[in-house]
Amino acid sequence: MKKIATGNKAVAEAVKQAKPSVVAAYPITPQTEIVETIADYVTSGQLESRYIPVESEHSAMAACIGASITGVRTFTATSSHGLLYMHEMTNWAAGARLPVVMANVNRSIGPGWNIWAEHTDALQERDTGWLQVYVATVQEAYDATLMAFRIAEHNDVLLPVMVNLDGFSLSHIMQPLDTVEPGDFIPPIHLPHAIDPKNPTSYGGLTGPNDHFRFRWDIERSMRDSVKVIEATQKEFAKRFGRSYGFTEDYRCEDADVILVSMGTFGKEAEVAIDILRKEGIKAGSMRLRWFRPFPKLELAGKEVVVIDRDYSFGSGGILAKEITAQTKREVYSVIAGIGGQEVTYDDLADFVRKRRIGTEFWFGVTGNV
Amino acid sequence: MIDPRSLFAITCKSFQELNTIAEIPKEEYIKKCTSACAGCSSSLNLRYVTKAAGPDTVLVVPACCTSVIQGIYPNTAMNISVYNIAFGAAAACASGMSNAFRQAGKKTNVIVYAGDGGTLDIGIQAMSGAFERGTDFLYICYDNEAYGNTGMQRSGGTPLGARTTTTPTGKTDAKKDIDAIIAAHNPPYMATACSAYPQDVFKKVQKALTFRGPTFIHILAPCPPGWRYPTEKTIEMGKLAVKSGIWVLYEREYGKLTVGAPSKAAMKKPIPLEDYLAPQGRFKGIDAKTVEILKQQIQKNFARLAAEEAAS
Repeated sequence: MKKIATGNKAVAEAVKQAKPSVVAAYPITPQTEIVETIADYVTSGQLESRYIPVESEHSAMAACIGASITGVRTFTATSSHGLLYMHEMTNWAAGARLPVVMANVNRSIGPGWNIWAEHTDALQERDTGWLQVYVATVQEAYDATLMAFRIAEHNDVLLPVMVNLDGFSLSHIMQPLDTVEPGDFIPPIHLPHAIDPKNPTSYGGLTGPNDHFRFRWDIERSMRDSVKVIEATQKEFAKRFGRSYGFTEDYRCEDADVILVSMGTFGKEAEVAIDILRKEGIKAGSMRLRWFRPFPKLELAGKEVVVIDRDYSFGSGGILAKEITAQTKREVYSVIAGIGGQEVTYDDLADFVRKRRIGTEFWFGVTGNV
Repeated sequence: MIDPRSLFAITCKSFQELNTIAEIPKEEYIKKCTSACAGCSSSLNLRYVTKAAGPDTVLVVPACCTSVIQGIYPNTAMNISVYNIAFGAAAACASGMSNAFRQAGKKTNVIVYAGDGGTLDIGIQAMSGAFERGTDFLYICYDNEAYGNTGMQRSGGTPLGARTTTTPTGKTDAKKDIDAIIAAHNPPYMATACSAYPQDVFKKVQKALTFRGPTFIHILAPCPPGWRYPTEKTIEMGKLAVKSGIWVLYEREYGKLTVGAPSKAAMKKPIPLEDYLAPQGRFKGIDAKTVEILKQQIQKNFARLAAEEAAS
């Protein structure tokens, strides 16, 4: 069904169709519209679910964990400080192998109070064992949320999935949305380790070094296995609903000499920038990274690489740039831009490519930087 | 507007009074291989809690002594489902679990079994939220009046004058009145108990589980290494706490307060508080002024509870 929706509404719509048994959530700008919409679905009977209006994000994730271990589907949504506040429990959800699905509306971190888009919130969760996908359109927010449930609950994965969408520049903008009838695209959840009082089991008690180590490896093994599940899910989605997705979205990359790598809504602006550059005779392409965890194998051989980071790891560098450098063993032009909602136009993006200095880092809009 | 308590009332099942110890089930849900300290009263509590709850139960346990006494993976002393969760998260986790069970039409008991640190301090926000939301669960706080698992640091539950590793000359602040805080949430049922009265613990747990909505039991749990008394005196120490009046046994059902018989006797004629303080190393060297303040607090508490009972 075709309609017009915001990124937030698109996520809520997908959640309604995935029918989680329990949704536990706390409001935070710019995510609030997601949970308001879900609360309305539950209250009006459009979604048969328990909506738990918890008193904090820490409790939101704890409640999702408590619900999930009974073997039911769960969902929550958050942003920025909310995500950081639940950080202890995001680790717990992954370690407990619970397929919680969460939408995170990417937003900067205080102080001072800034509610605009930035990726540092979600990227601080990169080592928790969550799968992370970053979307760029309202349609993709919807599609990725539907797929997130199938991927998380797949018994080769059983890890939580975070769907990331940029605050305001996606959460609050309206675009066309084509909804589908998911049907059995999302099969009924089967959690092999669900609590069963008839078969008393202890979960998460004291664990010695060797077992603990093995459990960590199990997470990594499933993270690696998730690559195939993501591929298969995206393929099946394309087959059923006609929209195809990869680990990256590549635009005019085949014959490009220089690739502009980014995540989130910048990736769509980048396509406009690439067209401008192509007209100037610069053979540029755009690679929008969709999945950050598991981190995909990127095909960048023989090309110059410009990386836009809407995030930063102080004392280290742009987080995406560091990941790419580590994987490809080569230097990139690292551009730090858009933090705290800083305006970055496609002209700016084109300019980053034109003025690239491989092996250096550039902070957009800051004078006197390296 | 509907008084939520009336909603709880109409869904309350009938409760049969249990009078003799012979009626306590023989089934053991806590096996004899726990790694609890000798003389541990919280594991004794847990034995009666699980007997009262029965097998269709999940215990939600935050970081506390009970995380440790279960044993080390892949072994467990628990013959009942246990979900261990982070320190400040027990009530929220239980909230999600209870909602999931109820949504699936299951009546499984969800019981938080948390220490005083996990209840009075780090877990208070999640607990308050779960009570305010009317979560269908039983929250049990077993209170050994300090962070026992980490080697006896002061908690909000540590009484005035008690020495801990972080109050080496005695705590200068009073014990937090968590029961008053819980009472302010108007749960359909709340009670205090003490491990020295296991039958009372059993009955109160069984009763609490007949209510729909959030219920609370606060169990005083004497702790030999923490309170520094000989292990064989664990029961005696609990009895002295009640007889001196520093711990009062009562229950509050839809706001109606009933003081338990041992505490009624103590209200009439308490034993000297010194009889309770003297055997405990944690009160060694407590000054007369602090003892006097504790005694005044006991009298004040007696007067408050007696007035409430008379009025309700």
